[in-house]
Amino acid sequence: MMPHELLKVVALVSVGAHPVTGRPRRAEQDARAVELGLCLAGKHLHLLHAGDAESEALRGYLGMGLAEMTVLQQPLHADILPALGSYLGATDAQLVLTGSQAEIGEGSGMLPYLLAEQLDWPLVVGLAEVESVKGGVAQVLQALPRGQRRRLQVRLPFVASVDSAAPKARQSAFGPAQRGQLQSQKVAVVEDMLLSEASMQTARPRPKRLKVIKAKTGAERMRAATAKASAGGKVLTDITPEQGAEAIFALLKEEKVLR
Amino acid sequence: MLDTLLPILIFCALAVMVLGAWRRLSLWRQGRPSPVPLIRGLAAMPRRYLVDLHHVVERDRYMSKTHVATAGGFVLAALLMIIVHGFGLHNRILGFALLGATVLMFVGALFVAKRRRNPPARLSTGAWNRLPKSLLMFSASFFVVTLPVAGVIPADMGGWVVALILLIGVAWGVSEMFLGMTWGGPMKHAFAGALHLAWHRRAERFGGGRSTGLKALDLDQPNAVMGVEKPTDFTWNQLLGFDACVQCGKCEAVCPAFAAGQPLNPKKLIQDMVIGLAGGDDASFAGSPYPGVPLGEHGGGPHQPIVSQEGKGLVGADTLWSCTTCRACVEECPMMIEHVDAIVDMRRHLTLEQGSTPNKGADVLDNLIATDNPGGFDPGGRLNWAADLNLPLMSEKKQADVLFWVGDGAFDMRNQRTLRAFVSVLKAAGVDFAVLGLEERDSGDVARRLGDEATFQGLAKRNIASLSKYHFNTIVTCDPHSLHVLKNEYGELGGNYDVRHHSTYLGELIANQRLNLGQHKGGSVTYHDPCYLGRYNGEYDAPRNVLKAIGIEVKEMERSGFRSRCCGGGGGAPITDIPGKQRIPDMRMDDIKETGAELVAVGCPQCTAMFEGVVEPRPYVKDIAELVADVLIEAPVPQRSATRSDAMEVH
Ligand code: SF4
Ligand code: SF4
Repeated sequence: MMPHELLKVVALVSVGAHPVTGRPRRAEQDARAVELGLCLAGKHLHLLHAGDAESEALRGYLGMGLAEMTVLQQPLHADILPALGSYLGATDAQLVLTGSQAEIGEGSGMLPYLLAEQLDWPLVVGLAEVESVKGGVAQVLQALPRGQRRRLQVRLPFVASVDSAAPKARQSAFGPAQRGQLQSQKVAVVEDMLLSEASMQTARPRPKRLKVIKAKTGAERMRAATAKASAGGKVLTDITPEQGAEAIFALLKEEKVLR
Repeated sequence: MLDTLLPILIFCALAVMVLGAWRRLSLWRQGRPSPVPLIRGLAAMPRRYLVDLHHVVERDRYMSKTHVATAGGFVLAALLMIIVHGFGLHNRILGFALLGATVLMFVGALFVAKRRRNPPARLSTGAWNRLPKSLLMFSASFFVVTLPVAGVIPADMGGWVVALILLIGVAWGVSEMFLGMTWGGPMKHAFAGALHLAWHRRAERFGGGRSTGLKALDLDQPNAVMGVEKPTDFTWNQLLGFDACVQCGKCEAVCPAFAAGQPLNPKKLIQDMVIGLAGGDDASFAGSPYPGVPLGEHGGGPHQPIVSQEGKGLVGADTLWSCTTCRACVEECPMMIEHVDAIVDMRRHLTLEQGSTPNKGADVLDNLIATDNPGGFDPGGRLNWAADLNLPLMSEKKQADVLFWVGDGAFDMRNQRTLRAFVSVLKAAGVDFAVLGLEERDSGDVARRLGDEATFQGLAKRNIASLSKYHFNTIVTCDPHSLHVLKNEYGELGGNYDVRHHSTYLGELIANQRLNLGQHKGGSVTYHDPCYLGRYNGEYDAPRNVLKAIGIEVKEMERSGFRSRCCGGGGGAPITDIPGKQRIPDMRMDDIKETGAELVAVGCPQCTAMFEGVVEPRPYVKDIAELVADVLIEAPVPQRSATRSDAMEVH
């Protein structure tokens, strides 16, 4: 789609961390959100960050060809949601783009949901492409697993999160990154209640179910490797809630989740 | 009649020429400032021309003799002509001198004409084919009009018709030689060339010196456009340098990218810069185009972007990204034009301002920023290749005679064999060495050549900071790219070191009899000169001496030494990967096969990777360090046991 100058697009960006070295950088998914935003609104894309305007890593987004970014000044452990919500609510933003999950901090992936809830806007998860915007309604493609796409019609304004199905971010150039302005704004700070009492713990990789392949021939192994990982299970229809609960209970037992 | 018309003609031509010179100077002055000593440069110019430039031209004997006769004859004839015909000083002796000069020039011009009869493809035609005729016309007509002055024939011989014919001849010759000199004919090379020599941006190249390091970009002025976007973003003496090109095509003939059919021709590139300088398009360019890019579609002006993001622009970005920075063109250029500087200047703009480094370029730069190596490997694994070698670390020893700079080859399994071989040799010779280990980072070579000066300077500064913590006498490395950057490019950022290639160091160890070596037993061997060792650092002998010391008689390739052909691995070319008709390493492998050698000795991890990427059957590829390690006789060298016993006493 051609840059749509009248569409007011905001991209929420965060400071990321390189997976190997942990060095601060532009976050991969947020950069994709910016890329999508640049394709939609060109130079009119509005960059928004809640955090520290001194973070040099933010310049990585400016290097994609944007002159400035608004930074809502927030300390490290603040709950940034109210600040973002009230800022966005007061603007005429029509589309708010964000990554699915932050690379540092809590990284819960909840921000798009909570933000949409607070603004009372619809949320599109896994936005891959905006095909058109007509009469206050956007036609978009939502990414589903295994390369599938679902076409949706969403009324403006809405929040959309992007993941790695969105187009890859363009290179960040040093010159514009240095020249770009980080416009810091003082806003109210709300303490994050959860963070103030909970403690952080390094994440462990989730356990994965081992796939036992009993294939004897190469062809069978090939089939097993390329087969669509079937979700299995069955669809229960027209049953009472009690029957449903029984079925779930039985399954959990069978899977040894409950003993 | 001639006596009246000739002075008018000559002085008018001279006046128009001066006007043209002024215009040309103002064109050059549109460029950015560049501090060069103007007067001292002019004073040094004759020597630079007669010695340094001639040294390059001398490689082509035919042309050097031809040029001496033609140019010498012309300069002499022009001066005498002004005195004799301009000021009317009809002295017999001067007359004879002028006759002599025109004869000399005429003979030279005949040879020029001969070369032009079946010109090799690298030469430009068009106006350049007119030049010998103009030279002949100039010398012949002045010969005839000078005959009466010398008293050979009476002054009034011939009459009106002859005088008219002569006048036309003189006018033709004078306009080509004088007007063309400053208004853009082939003779422009004489005017611009002389000044280019005087105000060259790398004066160190004259007098047998070498200057190959790229010049640092000032990153602290974020409001200035970084790199070269428009022709006027070059420094004024770079613009002047482009104007000096004689379109001899020597650069084109040696360019590996051109030969591989990639869209680059260094001669055309320089001419395109001239077009940009004055404004226009390339329709009248009379040489080989960029392979696959038709003439007449590209054009520009002094204030228009060279690489256009929308339209065609002056030059396509692919042209700039095809260059391997092998410097073969610079080495061959008789006018000492700096192609590589210009290409990197333009790449800097594409990377630092446009963010349009092609193909894997952006990923590699991101990796360098985030992990200090182009592959994006965990920097903590930088020393894994030596896990069992117990390498002395600088952080523990604090000082050593030799700092072994490992390079990014540490992450490459093939190159690890070379590194391990070199370590075994160092140990056998009892060298007091240490490595930086995890404190080492990519040297910044690739980042810089991809135009990312910011990442280069970041890496360089951190490397310099690490190096400054320790005491050592010499840095030794197996990677010519690191060698070049550490030796020639860190200086500007505050790091000055004595850096040697491992072949140089091996040569010293052998000369000092610190190694006990057998003789090479495999088959015949040829040697490939890496660009960054040879042309960039002038080291041609050491590798050959080392090979000789282990009983190898190198079967030289036709293109070796300073004429060595690039392996295709430099300048980030494998990363930007611009398609051509064939691959550069395949062409070089053909050169290697031509010698009939069973093995090619190399001294660079890039060359190794490029050659091993050529499909078999092909000669084996081995680094010099591996060849030496293969014949190492692990007998205690006296010196080594001495240091051992010293150490024992301390306990
Ligand atoms: S750049 Fe140098 S080598 Fe190339 S054509 Fe011009 S003068 Fe000749
Ligand atoms: S440096 Fe090498 S590849 Fe680049 S233009 Fe010159 S000859 Fe061609």
